[in-house]
Amino acid sequence: MVWDWIPRNLGMIGGLLGEHVVLALVPVLIGLVLAVPIGWAAAGNRALRGVLVPAASVLYTIPSLALFIVLPAIIGTRILDPLNVVVALTIYTVALLVRSVADALGAVPSMVVAAATAMGYRPGRRFVSVELPLAVPVLIAGLRVAAVSNISLVSVGALIGVGGLGQLFTDGYQRNFPLEILTGIVMVLLLALVVDGLLVLIGRFSTPWTRVGANA
Amino acid sequence: MIEFRGVTKRFPDGTVAVDGLDLTVDAGRITVFVGPSGCGKTTSLRMINRMIAPTEGTVTVDGRDVMSGDAADLRRGIGYVIQQAGLFPHKTIRDNIATVPLLLGWSKRRARARADELMEVVGLAPEMAARYPAQLSGGQQQRVGVARALAADPPVLLMDEPFSAVDPVVRESLQEELLRLQGELGKTIVFVTHDIDEAVKLGDKVAVFRTGGVLAQYDEPGVLLDRPADGFVDGFVGRDRGYRKLGFLSDELPLAELPTVRVGESAPDGWSLVVDPEGRPLGWVQGGGSVEEATVVPGGSLYEVGSGSLRSALDAALSSPSGRGVAVDGDGRVAGALSADDVLRALAASRADEAA
Ligand SMILES: Nc1ncnc2c1ncn2[C@@H]1O[C@H](COP(=O)(O)OP(=O)(O)OP(=O)(O)O)[C@@H](O)[C@H]1O
Ligand SMILES: [Mg+2]
Repeated sequence: MVWDWIPRNLGMIGGLLGEHVVLALVPVLIGLVLAVPIGWAAAGNRALRGVLVPAASVLYTIPSLALFIVLPAIIGTRILDPLNVVVALTIYTVALLVRSVADALGAVPSMVVAAATAMGYRPGRRFVSVELPLAVPVLIAGLRVAAVSNISLVSVGALIGVGGLGQLFTDGYQRNFPLEILTGIVMVLLLALVVDGLLVLIGRFSTPWTRVGANA
Repeated sequence: MIEFRGVTKRFPDGTVAVDGLDLTVDAGRITVFVGPSGCGKTTSLRMINRMIAPTEGTVTVDGRDVMSGDAADLRRGIGYVIQQAGLFPHKTIRDNIATVPLLLGWSKRRARARADELMEVVGLAPEMAARYPAQLSGGQQQRVGVARALAADPPVLLMDEPFSAVDPVVRESLQEELLRLQGELGKTIVFVTHDIDEAVKLGDKVAVFRTGGVLAQYDEPGVLLDRPADGFVDGFVGRDRGYRKLGFLSDELPLAELPTVRVGESAPDGWSLVVDPEGRPLGWVQGGGSVEEATVVPGGSLYEVGSGSLRSALDAALSSPSGRGVAVDGDGRVAGALSADDVLRALAASRADEAA
Protein backbone atom coordinates (compact mmCIF):
# COMPACT_ATOMS: atom_id res chain seq x y z
CA MET A 1 0.00 0.00 0.00
CA VAL A 2 1.64 3.21 -1.23
CA TRP A 3 -0.29 5.69 0.95
CA ASP A 4 1.30 3.98 3.90
CA TRP A 5 4.44 5.82 3.02
CA ILE A 6 3.15 9.05 4.52
CA PRO A 7 2.39 7.86 8.08
CA ARG A 8 5.53 5.76 8.11
CA ASN A 9 7.65 8.77 7.22
CA LEU A 10 5.92 11.45 9.27
CA GLY A 11 9.02 12.00 11.37
CA MET A 12 11.18 12.53 8.30
CA ILE A 13 8.64 14.84 6.67
CA GLY A 14 8.34 16.83 9.90
CA GLY A 15 12.12 17.18 10.06
CA LEU A 16 12.30 18.40 6.48
CA LEU A 17 9.46 20.83 7.14
CA GLY A 18 11.34 22.26 10.11
CA GLU A 19 14.48 22.59 8.02
CA HIS A 20 12.49 24.25 5.25
CA VAL A 21 10.99 26.77 7.65
CA VAL A 22 14.41 27.69 9.05
CA LEU A 23 16.07 27.91 5.64
CA ALA A 24 13.28 30.09 4.23
CA LEU A 25 12.42 32.34 7.16
CA VAL A 26 15.74 33.02 8.88
CA PRO A 27 16.81 34.87 5.70
CA VAL A 28 13.56 36.86 5.82
CA LEU A 29 14.38 38.03 9.34
CA ILE A 30 18.03 38.81 8.61
CA GLY A 31 17.04 40.40 5.30
CA LEU A 32 14.51 42.63 7.02
CA VAL A 33 17.06 43.76 9.59
CA LEU A 34 19.53 44.61 6.81
CA ALA A 35 17.01 46.12 4.39
CA VAL A 36 15.53 48.61 6.87
CA PRO A 37 18.69 50.73 7.27
CA ILE A 38 19.57 50.40 3.57
CA GLY A 39 16.04 51.33 2.50
CA TRP A 40 16.06 54.18 5.01
CA ALA A 41 19.27 55.53 3.48
CA ALA A 42 17.78 55.17 -0.01
CA ALA A 43 14.56 56.96 1.02
CA GLY A 44 16.50 59.88 2.45
CA ASN A 45 18.82 60.51 -0.44
CA ARG A 46 17.81 60.66 -4.09
CA ALA A 47 21.28 59.90 -5.45
CA LEU A 48 21.71 56.93 -3.13
CA ARG A 49 18.27 55.68 -4.08
CA GLY A 50 19.24 55.92 -7.75
CA VAL A 51 22.06 53.46 -7.07
CA LEU A 52 20.63 51.18 -4.39
CA VAL A 53 17.22 50.37 -5.80
CA PRO A 54 18.40 49.36 -9.30
CA ALA A 55 21.34 47.47 -7.76
CA ALA A 56 18.91 45.54 -5.60
CA SER A 57 16.75 44.72 -8.62
CA VAL A 58 19.77 43.38 -10.50
CA LEU A 59 20.70 41.16 -7.55
CA TYR A 60 17.24 39.70 -7.64
CA THR A 61 17.64 38.56 -11.25
CA ILE A 62 20.59 36.23 -10.48
CA PRO A 63 19.29 32.66 -10.84
CA SER A 64 19.09 30.98 -7.46
CA LEU A 65 20.89 27.80 -8.44
CA ALA A 66 23.81 29.83 -9.80
CA LEU A 67 23.97 31.78 -6.56
CA PHE A 68 23.90 28.59 -4.44
CA ILE A 69 26.82 27.26 -6.45
CA VAL A 70 29.06 30.33 -6.67
CA LEU A 71 28.57 31.44 -3.08
CA PRO A 72 30.95 28.85 -1.58
CA ALA A 73 33.73 30.24 -3.75
CA ILE A 74 32.95 33.75 -2.59
CA ILE A 75 32.31 33.27 1.12
CA GLY A 76 34.45 30.19 1.63
CA THR A 77 31.77 27.76 2.77
CA ARG A 78 31.65 24.11 1.76
CA ILE A 79 29.47 23.41 -1.27
CA LEU A 80 26.89 21.44 0.74
CA ASP A 81 26.73 23.89 3.63
CA PRO A 82 23.13 25.05 4.39
CA LEU A 83 24.66 28.45 5.02
CA ASN A 84 24.90 28.87 1.25
CA VAL A 85 21.13 28.72 0.98
CA VAL A 86 20.64 31.06 3.93
CA VAL A 87 23.08 33.63 2.54
CA ALA A 88 21.66 33.42 -0.97
CA LEU A 89 18.08 33.83 0.23
CA THR A 90 19.11 36.66 2.52
CA ILE A 91 20.53 38.42 -0.52
CA TYR A 92 17.23 37.97 -2.37
CA THR A 93 15.25 39.17 0.60
CA VAL A 94 17.37 42.29 0.96
CA ALA A 95 17.07 42.90 -2.77
CA LEU A 96 13.29 42.67 -2.56
CA LEU A 97 12.83 44.61 0.65
CA VAL A 98 15.16 47.55 -0.03
CA ARG A 99 12.69 48.79 -2.57
CA SER A 100 9.69 48.12 -0.32
CA VAL A 101 11.30 49.93 2.59
CA ALA A 102 12.38 52.88 0.45
CA ASP A 103 8.90 53.15 -1.09
CA ALA A 104 7.16 52.71 2.25
CA LEU A 105 9.24 55.39 3.94
CA GLY A 106 8.93 57.66 0.92
CA ALA A 107 5.14 57.42 1.23
CA VAL A 108 5.07 58.66 4.83
CA PRO A 109 3.52 62.13 4.55
CA SER A 110 6.25 64.75 4.91
CA MET A 111 3.90 66.82 7.05
CA VAL A 112 3.71 64.07 9.64
CA VAL A 113 7.49 63.73 9.70
CA ALA A 114 7.86 67.50 9.99
CA ALA A 115 5.32 67.56 12.82
CA ALA A 116 7.28 64.85 14.64
CA THR A 117 10.51 66.79 14.24
CA ALA A 118 8.83 69.94 15.48
CA MET A 119 7.53 68.09 18.56
CA GLY A 120 11.14 67.38 19.46
CA TYR A 121 11.69 63.82 18.23
CA ARG A 122 15.34 63.08 17.49
CA PRO A 123 15.84 61.23 14.18
CA GLY A 124 16.37 57.74 15.68
CA ARG A 125 13.30 57.74 17.88
CA ARG A 126 11.26 59.45 15.19
CA PHE A 127 12.18 56.65 12.80
CA VAL A 128 11.16 53.93 15.25
CA SER A 129 7.96 55.48 16.53
CA VAL A 130 6.64 57.42 13.54
CA GLU A 131 8.16 56.53 10.19
CA LEU A 132 8.56 52.79 10.62
CA PRO A 133 5.04 52.13 11.99
CA LEU A 134 3.55 54.12 9.12
CA ALA A 135 5.62 52.06 6.69
CA VAL A 136 4.30 48.74 8.06
CA PRO A 137 1.50 48.16 5.52
CA VAL A 138 3.87 48.44 2.54
CA LEU A 139 6.56 46.57 4.42
CA ILE A 140 4.23 43.65 5.13
CA ALA A 141 3.39 43.44 1.44
CA GLY A 142 7.11 43.17 0.68
CA LEU A 143 7.62 40.59 3.42
CA ARG A 144 4.83 38.44 2.04
CA VAL A 145 6.48 38.33 -1.38
CA ALA A 146 9.89 37.64 0.16
CA ALA A 147 8.62 34.88 2.45
CA VAL A 148 6.63 33.07 -0.21
CA SER A 149 9.38 33.35 -2.79
CA ASN A 150 11.96 32.10 -0.27
CA ILE A 151 9.77 29.13 0.59
CA SER A 152 9.68 28.15 -3.04
CA LEU A 153 13.38 28.89 -3.60
CA VAL A 154 14.53 26.71 -0.71
CA SER A 155 13.31 23.70 -2.70
CA VAL A 156 15.87 24.51 -5.38
CA GLY A 157 18.54 23.98 -2.76
CA ALA A 158 17.66 20.28 -2.86
CA LEU A 159 19.69 20.12 -6.07
CA ILE A 160 22.80 20.88 -4.04
CA GLY A 161 21.62 18.65 -1.21
CA VAL A 162 20.19 21.29 1.16
CA GLY A 163 16.58 21.95 0.41
CA GLY A 164 14.19 21.10 3.20
CA LEU A 165 11.02 19.73 1.63
CA GLY A 166 12.67 20.02 -1.81
CA GLN A 167 14.50 16.82 -0.94
CA LEU A 168 11.17 15.04 -1.29
CA PHE A 169 11.20 16.12 -4.96
CA THR A 170 14.75 14.95 -5.70
CA ASP A 171 14.39 11.74 -3.72
CA GLY A 172 10.96 10.90 -5.12
CA TYR A 173 12.22 11.58 -8.62
CA GLN A 174 15.25 9.36 -8.20
CA ARG A 175 13.17 6.53 -6.76
CA ASN A 176 10.41 7.13 -9.30
CA PHE A 177 7.93 7.53 -6.43
CA PRO A 178 5.25 10.16 -7.30
CA LEU A 179 3.58 10.16 -3.87
CA GLU A 180 6.74 11.52 -2.29
CA ILE A 181 6.93 14.29 -4.90
CA LEU A 182 3.26 15.07 -4.38
CA THR A 183 3.74 15.21 -0.62
CA GLY A 184 6.59 17.67 -1.15
CA ILE A 185 4.48 19.90 -3.39
CA VAL A 186 1.50 19.91 -1.03
CA MET A 187 3.68 20.62 1.99
CA VAL A 188 5.48 23.52 0.29
CA LEU A 189 2.16 24.97 -0.81
CA LEU A 190 0.63 24.63 2.64
CA LEU A 191 3.67 26.17 4.26
CA ALA A 192 3.54 29.13 1.88
CA LEU A 193 -0.17 29.62 2.55
CA VAL A 194 0.23 29.42 6.32
CA VAL A 195 3.19 31.81 6.43
CA ASP A 196 1.46 34.25 4.12
CA GLY A 197 -1.66 34.09 6.27
CA LEU A 198 0.35 34.70 9.41
CA LEU A 199 2.00 37.76 7.86
CA VAL A 200 -1.40 39.13 6.89
CA LEU A 201 -2.54 38.65 10.48
CA ILE A 202 0.58 40.31 11.87
CA GLY A 203 -0.01 43.19 9.49
CA ARG A 204 -3.62 43.59 10.55
CA PHE A 205 -2.75 43.34 14.19
CA SER A 206 0.00 45.95 14.00
CA THR A 207 -1.93 48.53 11.94
CA PRO A 208 -5.32 48.98 13.61
CA TRP A 209 -5.49 52.60 12.40
CA THR A 210 -5.71 51.55 8.75
CA ARG A 211 -9.08 49.93 9.26
CA VAL A 212 -11.00 52.71 10.96
CA GLY A 213 -13.69 54.34 8.89
CA ALA A 214 -12.67 57.83 7.85
CA ASN A 215 -15.34 60.43 8.37
CA ALA A 216 -13.14 63.50 8.14
CA MET B 1 9.98 87.13 24.12
CA ILE B 2 11.13 86.18 20.63
CA GLU B 3 13.45 88.39 18.62
CA PHE B 4 14.47 88.35 14.98
CA ARG B 5 17.66 90.36 14.40
CA GLY B 6 18.64 90.97 10.78
CA VAL B 7 17.31 87.54 9.79
CA THR B 8 17.63 86.48 6.17
CA LYS B 9 16.86 83.05 4.78
CA ARG B 10 18.23 82.15 1.38
CA PHE B 11 17.46 78.60 0.21
CA PRO B 12 20.10 76.63 -1.70
CA ASP B 13 18.23 77.30 -4.97
CA GLY B 14 18.71 81.04 -4.42
CA THR B 15 15.16 81.85 -3.27
CA VAL B 16 15.21 84.57 -0.65
CA ALA B 17 12.28 83.62 1.56
CA VAL B 18 12.93 86.10 4.36
CA ASP B 19 14.87 89.30 3.82
CA GLY B 20 16.50 91.20 6.67
CA LEU B 21 13.75 90.64 9.23
CA ASP B 22 13.91 92.67 12.45
CA LEU B 23 10.97 91.97 14.71
CA THR B 24 10.19 91.51 18.38
CA VAL B 25 7.37 89.19 19.40
CA ASP B 26 5.97 90.24 22.78
CA ALA B 27 5.78 87.63 25.52
CA GLY B 28 2.30 86.51 26.52
CA ARG B 29 0.70 88.00 23.41
CA ILE B 30 -0.62 86.76 20.06
CA THR B 31 1.49 87.99 17.16
CA VAL B 32 0.15 87.25 13.70
CA PHE B 33 2.23 86.95 10.54
CA VAL B 34 0.04 87.69 7.54
CA GLY B 35 0.66 88.12 3.83
CA PRO B 36 0.13 86.52 0.42
CA SER B 37 1.30 82.99 -0.34
CA GLY B 38 5.06 82.62 -0.60
CA CYS B 39 5.93 85.76 1.36
CA GLY B 40 7.98 83.88 3.94
CA LYS B 41 5.54 83.45 6.85
CA THR B 42 6.16 79.76 7.35
CA THR B 43 9.89 80.17 6.88
CA SER B 44 9.99 82.89 9.53
CA LEU B 45 7.92 80.77 11.90
CA ARG B 46 10.08 77.69 11.40
CA MET B 47 13.22 79.62 12.20
CA ILE B 48 11.86 80.05 15.73
CA ASN B 49 11.92 76.33 16.48
CA ARG B 50 14.94 75.77 14.29
CA MET B 51 13.15 73.65 11.71
CA ILE B 52 14.90 76.06 9.35
CA ALA B 53 18.23 77.69 10.10
CA PRO B 54 18.68 81.38 9.23
CA THR B 55 21.30 82.18 6.60
CA GLU B 56 22.09 85.47 8.31
CA GLY B 57 21.12 87.07 11.58
CA THR B 58 19.88 85.52 14.81
CA VAL B 59 16.60 84.42 16.29
CA THR B 60 16.45 84.43 20.07
CA VAL B 61 13.83 83.02 22.44
CA ASP B 62 14.08 84.60 25.89
CA GLY B 63 17.48 85.97 24.99
CA ARG B 64 18.91 82.62 23.88
CA ASP B 65 20.03 82.11 20.30
CA VAL B 66 17.92 79.21 19.06
CA MET B 67 20.90 77.88 17.12
CA SER B 68 22.86 77.30 20.30
CA GLY B 69 22.10 74.15 22.27
CA ASP B 70 20.15 71.07 21.24
CA ALA B 71 17.43 71.39 18.60
CA ALA B 72 15.18 68.65 20.00
CA ASP B 73 15.31 70.14 23.51
CA LEU B 74 14.43 73.56 22.12
CA ARG B 75 11.46 72.12 20.19
CA ARG B 76 10.05 70.28 23.20
CA GLY B 77 9.65 73.67 24.83
CA ILE B 78 7.80 75.19 21.86
CA GLY B 79 4.32 74.03 20.89
CA TYR B 80 3.69 73.67 17.17
CA VAL B 81 0.38 73.43 15.33
CA ILE B 82 0.18 73.09 11.57
CA GLN B 83 -2.44 73.14 8.88
CA GLN B 84 -4.47 69.92 8.74
CA ALA B 85 -3.04 69.27 12.21
CA GLY B 86 -0.22 66.95 11.08
CA LEU B 87 -1.43 64.38 13.57
CA PHE B 88 0.17 60.95 13.76
CA PRO B 89 -2.33 58.74 11.91
CA HIS B 90 -1.16 55.59 13.70
CA LYS B 91 -1.57 56.92 17.21
CA THR B 92 -4.79 57.36 19.12
CA ILE B 93 -5.94 60.85 20.01
CA ARG B 94 -4.75 60.35 23.57
CA ASP B 95 -1.30 59.21 22.45
CA ASN B 96 -1.05 62.02 19.93
CA ILE B 97 -1.66 64.55 22.66
CA ALA B 98 0.74 62.79 25.05
CA THR B 99 3.61 62.97 22.52
CA VAL B 100 5.75 65.72 24.02
CA PRO B 101 5.24 64.72 27.67
CA LEU B 102 6.40 61.22 26.75
CA LEU B 103 9.41 62.66 24.91
CA LEU B 104 10.19 64.63 28.04
CA GLY B 105 10.26 61.38 29.99
CA TRP B 106 6.97 61.60 31.89
CA SER B 107 5.48 58.29 32.96
CA LYS B 108 2.85 56.85 30.62
CA ARG B 109 0.19 57.23 33.28
CA ARG B 110 0.94 60.88 33.93
CA ALA B 111 1.21 61.70 30.21
CA ARG B 112 -2.15 60.07 29.50
CA ALA B 113 -3.81 61.79 32.42
CA ARG B 114 -2.47 65.08 31.05
CA ALA B 115 -3.83 64.20 27.61
CA ASP B 116 -7.30 63.55 29.03
CA GLU B 117 -7.17 66.85 30.86
CA LEU B 118 -6.25 68.70 27.65
CA MET B 119 -9.03 67.04 25.68
CA GLU B 120 -11.41 68.68 28.09
CA VAL B 121 -9.60 72.02 27.78
CA VAL B 122 -9.97 72.09 23.98
CA GLY B 123 -13.52 70.75 24.08
CA LEU B 124 -13.15 67.18 22.87
CA ALA B 125 -15.44 64.49 24.27
CA PRO B 126 -13.59 61.91 26.42
CA GLU B 127 -14.81 59.01 24.28
CA MET B 128 -12.60 60.29 21.45
CA ALA B 129 -9.45 59.47 23.39
CA ALA B 130 -9.17 55.98 21.96
CA ARG B 131 -10.00 56.97 18.38
CA TYR B 132 -7.56 57.53 15.56
CA PRO B 133 -7.23 60.88 13.76
CA ALA B 134 -9.00 59.56 10.64
CA GLN B 135 -12.12 59.07 12.77
CA LEU B 136 -12.36 62.78 13.60
CA SER B 137 -13.71 65.71 11.64
CA GLY B 138 -11.32 68.38 10.40
CA GLY B 139 -12.30 70.76 13.18
CA GLN B 140 -11.84 68.07 15.83
CA GLN B 141 -8.44 67.21 14.39
CA GLN B 142 -7.40 70.85 14.72
CA ARG B 143 -8.44 70.78 18.37
CA VAL B 144 -6.27 67.73 18.87
CA GLY B 145 -3.42 69.61 17.18
CA VAL B 146 -3.84 72.46 19.64
CA ALA B 147 -4.08 70.08 22.61
CA ARG B 148 -0.94 68.28 21.48
CA ALA B 149 0.95 71.55 21.25
CA LEU B 150 -0.18 72.56 24.74
CA ALA B 151 0.48 69.21 26.41
CA ALA B 152 3.81 70.01 28.04
CA ASP B 153 2.67 73.53 28.84
CA PRO B 154 5.27 75.29 26.67
CA PRO B 155 5.54 79.08 27.07
CA VAL B 156 5.65 79.54 23.29
CA LEU B 157 3.15 78.32 20.72
CA LEU B 158 3.73 78.43 16.95
CA MET B 159 0.64 78.04 14.77
CA ASP B 160 0.93 77.80 10.98
CA GLU B 161 -2.45 78.37 9.31
CA PRO B 162 -3.98 76.01 11.87
CA PHE B 163 -7.56 76.76 10.88
CA SER B 164 -7.31 77.27 7.15
CA ALA B 165 -8.43 73.78 6.16
CA VAL B 166 -11.73 73.85 8.01
CA ASP B 167 -14.96 75.46 6.88
CA PRO B 168 -15.66 79.08 7.85
CA VAL B 169 -18.17 78.26 10.60
CA VAL B 170 -15.86 75.81 12.35
CA ARG B 171 -12.96 78.20 11.81
CA GLU B 172 -14.82 80.93 13.60
CA SER B 173 -15.51 78.75 16.61
CA LEU B 174 -11.89 77.58 16.73
CA GLN B 175 -10.77 81.21 16.67
CA GLU B 176 -13.11 82.09 19.52
CA GLU B 177 -11.78 79.21 21.53
CA LEU B 178 -8.19 80.11 20.89
CA LEU B 179 -8.92 83.56 22.27
CA ARG B 180 -10.68 82.10 25.29
CA LEU B 181 -7.76 79.71 25.92
CA GLN B 182 -5.24 82.48 25.51
CA GLY B 183 -7.17 84.53 28.07
CA GLU B 184 -6.51 81.74 30.57
CA LEU B 185 -3.05 80.65 29.51
CA GLY B 186 -1.25 83.82 28.37
CA LYS B 187 1.13 82.04 26.00
CA THR B 188 3.50 83.73 23.61
CA ILE B 189 1.77 82.80 20.37
CA VAL B 190 3.00 83.34 16.82
CA PHE B 191 0.15 82.68 14.43
CA VAL B 192 0.52 82.51 10.65
CA THR B 193 -2.36 83.16 8.29
CA HIS B 194 -2.99 84.58 4.82
CA ASP B 195 -6.34 85.92 6.01
CA ILE B 196 -6.17 89.53 7.21
CA ASP B 197 -9.57 89.12 8.82
CA GLU B 198 -8.26 86.31 11.02
CA ALA B 199 -5.10 88.35 11.69
CA VAL B 200 -7.08 91.35 12.89
CA LYS B 201 -9.38 89.21 14.99
CA LEU B 202 -6.67 87.22 16.77
CA GLY B 203 -3.61 89.42 16.79
CA ASP B 204 -2.49 91.69 19.59
CA LYS B 205 0.01 92.72 16.94
CA VAL B 206 0.07 91.95 13.24
CA ALA B 207 3.11 91.69 10.98
CA VAL B 208 2.23 92.13 7.30
CA PHE B 209 4.74 90.51 4.94
CA ARG B 210 5.08 91.22 1.25
CA THR B 211 6.40 88.81 -1.37
CA GLY B 212 10.16 88.47 -1.14
CA GLY B 213 10.04 88.06 2.61
CA VAL B 214 10.07 91.74 3.50
CA LEU B 215 8.19 93.01 6.52
CA ALA B 216 5.82 95.70 5.28
CA GLN B 217 4.27 96.82 8.56
CA TYR B 218 4.21 95.65 12.14
CA ASP B 219 1.55 97.21 14.32
CA GLU B 220 -1.53 96.72 16.40
CA PRO B 221 -4.55 95.78 14.26
CA GLY B 222 -6.24 99.15 14.77
CA VAL B 223 -3.19 101.05 13.58
CA LEU B 224 -2.85 98.73 10.60
CA LEU B 225 -6.42 99.41 9.51
CA ASP B 226 -6.34 103.15 10.14
CA ARG B 227 -2.83 103.99 9.04
CA PRO B 228 -1.48 101.46 6.55
CA ALA B 229 2.22 102.13 5.99
CA ASP B 230 2.12 101.94 2.21
CA GLY B 231 0.10 101.02 -0.86
CA PHE B 232 0.73 97.32 -0.46
CA VAL B 233 -0.58 97.18 3.08
CA ASP B 234 -3.47 99.41 2.17
CA GLY B 235 -4.36 97.08 -0.68
CA PHE B 236 -4.05 94.00 1.47
CA VAL B 237 -6.04 95.40 4.38
CA GLY B 238 -8.44 97.46 2.33
CA ARG B 239 -9.28 94.68 -0.03
CA ASP B 240 -10.34 92.63 2.89
CA ARG B 241 -12.44 95.35 4.41
CA GLY B 242 -14.14 95.45 1.05
CA TYR B 243 -14.92 91.82 0.87
CA ARG B 244 -15.93 91.46 4.44
CA LYS B 245 -18.73 93.86 3.67
CA LEU B 246 -19.71 92.33 0.34
CA GLY B 247 -19.37 88.65 0.78
CA PHE B 248 -21.29 87.53 -2.31
CA LEU B 249 -20.63 87.35 -6.01
CA SER B 250 -23.12 88.74 -8.46
CA ASP B 251 -21.93 86.51 -11.30
CA GLU B 252 -20.26 83.14 -11.26
CA LEU B 253 -16.50 83.45 -11.78
CA PRO B 254 -14.83 82.20 -14.95
CA LEU B 255 -12.96 78.94 -14.41
CA ALA B 256 -9.75 78.16 -16.21
CA GLU B 257 -8.84 74.60 -17.05
CA LEU B 258 -6.75 73.09 -14.27
CA PRO B 259 -4.45 70.23 -15.21
CA THR B 260 -4.40 67.50 -12.56
CA VAL B 261 -2.19 64.53 -11.78
CA ARG B 262 -2.55 61.55 -9.49
CA VAL B 263 -0.11 60.04 -7.05
CA GLY B 264 2.27 57.82 -9.00
CA GLU B 265 1.80 59.71 -12.26
CA SER B 266 4.40 61.98 -13.73
CA ALA B 267 3.84 65.72 -13.29
CA PRO B 268 4.77 68.41 -15.82
CA ASP B 269 7.09 71.25 -14.81
CA GLY B 270 5.67 74.02 -12.62
CA TRP B 271 2.78 73.59 -10.20
CA SER B 272 0.27 70.75 -10.71
CA LEU B 273 -2.78 69.87 -8.67
CA VAL B 274 -2.77 66.34 -7.26
CA VAL B 275 -6.17 64.63 -7.06
CA ASP B 276 -7.39 61.37 -5.56
CA PRO B 277 -8.96 58.69 -7.75
CA GLU B 278 -12.36 60.41 -7.40
CA GLY B 279 -10.92 63.67 -8.70
CA ARG B 280 -10.91 65.42 -5.33
CA PRO B 281 -7.94 67.69 -4.67
CA LEU B 282 -5.16 66.44 -2.36
CA GLY B 283 -2.69 69.28 -2.75
CA TRP B 284 -0.04 70.64 -5.06
CA VAL B 285 3.30 69.46 -6.35
CA GLN B 286 5.98 71.64 -7.84
CA GLY B 287 8.33 70.55 -10.57
CA GLY B 288 8.30 67.54 -12.84
CA GLY B 289 8.85 63.91 -12.00
CA SER B 290 6.77 61.18 -10.46
CA VAL B 291 4.27 62.41 -7.89
CA GLU B 292 4.74 60.95 -4.42
CA GLU B 293 2.28 61.44 -1.62
CA ALA B 294 5.01 62.78 0.62
CA THR B 295 5.88 65.69 -1.67
CA VAL B 296 2.31 66.95 -1.96
CA VAL B 297 1.98 70.45 -0.51
CA PRO B 298 -1.38 71.03 1.20
CA GLY B 299 -3.52 73.15 -1.02
CA GLY B 300 -5.15 75.88 1.02
CA SER B 301 -8.89 76.40 1.02
CA LEU B 302 -11.33 75.45 -1.74
CA TYR B 303 -14.03 77.41 -3.53
CA GLU B 304 -17.28 75.59 -4.13
CA VAL B 305 -18.76 76.49 -7.48
CA GLY B 306 -22.21 77.98 -7.06
CA SER B 307 -21.68 79.01 -3.45
CA GLY B 308 -21.25 82.56 -4.70
CA SER B 309 -19.03 83.44 -1.77
CA LEU B 310 -16.56 86.07 -2.85
CA ARG B 311 -14.75 85.58 0.37
CA SER B 312 -14.16 81.89 -0.15
CA ALA B 313 -13.12 82.56 -3.77
CA LEU B 314 -10.54 85.08 -2.64
CA ASP B 315 -9.45 82.78 0.14
CA ALA B 316 -8.93 79.96 -2.34
CA ALA B 317 -6.95 82.17 -4.73
CA LEU B 318 -4.78 83.67 -1.99
CA SER B 319 -4.06 80.50 -0.07
CA SER B 320 -3.07 78.38 -3.04
CA PRO B 321 0.69 77.88 -3.24
CA SER B 322 0.47 77.92 -7.04
CA GLY B 323 -1.41 81.22 -7.17
CA ARG B 324 -4.38 79.46 -8.80
CA GLY B 325 -7.36 78.89 -6.56
CA VAL B 326 -9.04 75.49 -6.71
CA ALA B 327 -12.74 75.43 -7.51
CA VAL B 328 -14.67 72.25 -6.73
CA ASP B 329 -18.16 71.02 -7.50
CA GLY B 330 -20.75 69.97 -4.90
CA ASP B 331 -19.11 66.55 -4.59
CA GLY B 332 -15.71 68.04 -3.89
CA ARG B 333 -14.32 67.19 -7.33
CA VAL B 334 -12.04 69.66 -9.08
CA ALA B 335 -14.02 71.91 -11.39
CA GLY B 336 -11.32 74.34 -12.51
CA ALA B 337 -9.00 77.13 -11.51
CA LEU B 338 -9.70 80.64 -10.25
CA SER B 339 -7.16 83.32 -10.88
CA ALA B 340 -6.58 85.93 -8.21
CA ASP B 341 -6.92 88.58 -10.93
CA ASP B 342 -10.42 87.43 -11.83
CA VAL B 343 -11.45 87.36 -8.20
CA LEU B 344 -10.08 90.84 -7.59
CA ARG B 345 -11.81 92.10 -10.71
CA ALA B 346 -15.11 90.68 -9.46
CA LEU B 347 -14.39 92.36 -6.16
CA ALA B 348 -13.77 95.71 -7.80
CA ALA B 349 -16.92 95.29 -9.88
CA SER B 350 -19.11 94.57 -6.89
CA ARG B 351 -17.57 97.50 -5.04
CA ALA B 352 -18.38 99.71 -7.97
CA ASP B 353 -21.95 98.36 -7.87
CA GLU B 354 -22.13 99.20 -4.24
CA ALA B 355 -20.85 102.72 -4.79
CA ALA B 356 -23.31 103.34 -7.62
N1 LIG C 1 12.94 74.29 1.06
C1 LIG C 1 12.81 75.32 0.20
N2 LIG C 1 13.63 75.46 -0.86
C2 LIG C 1 13.50 76.49 -1.72
N3 LIG C 1 12.57 77.44 -1.62
C3 LIG C 1 11.72 77.36 -0.58
C4 LIG C 1 11.77 76.30 0.37
N4 LIG C 1 10.79 76.48 1.28
C5 LIG C 1 10.14 77.60 0.91
N5 LIG C 1 10.70 78.14 -0.21
C6 LIG C 1 10.29 79.37 -0.89
O1 LIG C 1 10.41 80.44 0.00
C7 LIG C 1 9.33 81.35 -0.17
C8 LIG C 1 8.61 81.52 1.15
O2 LIG C 1 8.02 80.31 1.52
P1 LIG C 1 7.08 80.16 2.79
O3 LIG C 1 6.69 78.73 2.88
O4 LIG C 1 7.77 80.76 3.96
O5 LIG C 1 5.85 81.03 2.38
P2 LIG C 1 4.48 81.30 3.15
O6 LIG C 1 4.38 82.76 3.35
O7 LIG C 1 4.37 80.44 4.33
O8 LIG C 1 3.42 80.88 2.05
P3 LIG C 1 2.03 80.10 2.19
O9 LIG C 1 1.00 81.12 2.56
O10 LIG C 1 1.79 79.58 0.82
O11 LIG C 1 2.21 79.02 3.20
C9 LIG C 1 8.48 80.78 -1.27
O12 LIG C 1 8.84 81.42 -2.47
C10 LIG C 1 8.83 79.34 -1.30
O13 LIG C 1 8.66 78.81 -2.59
MG1 LIG D 1 3.13 78.76 4.82
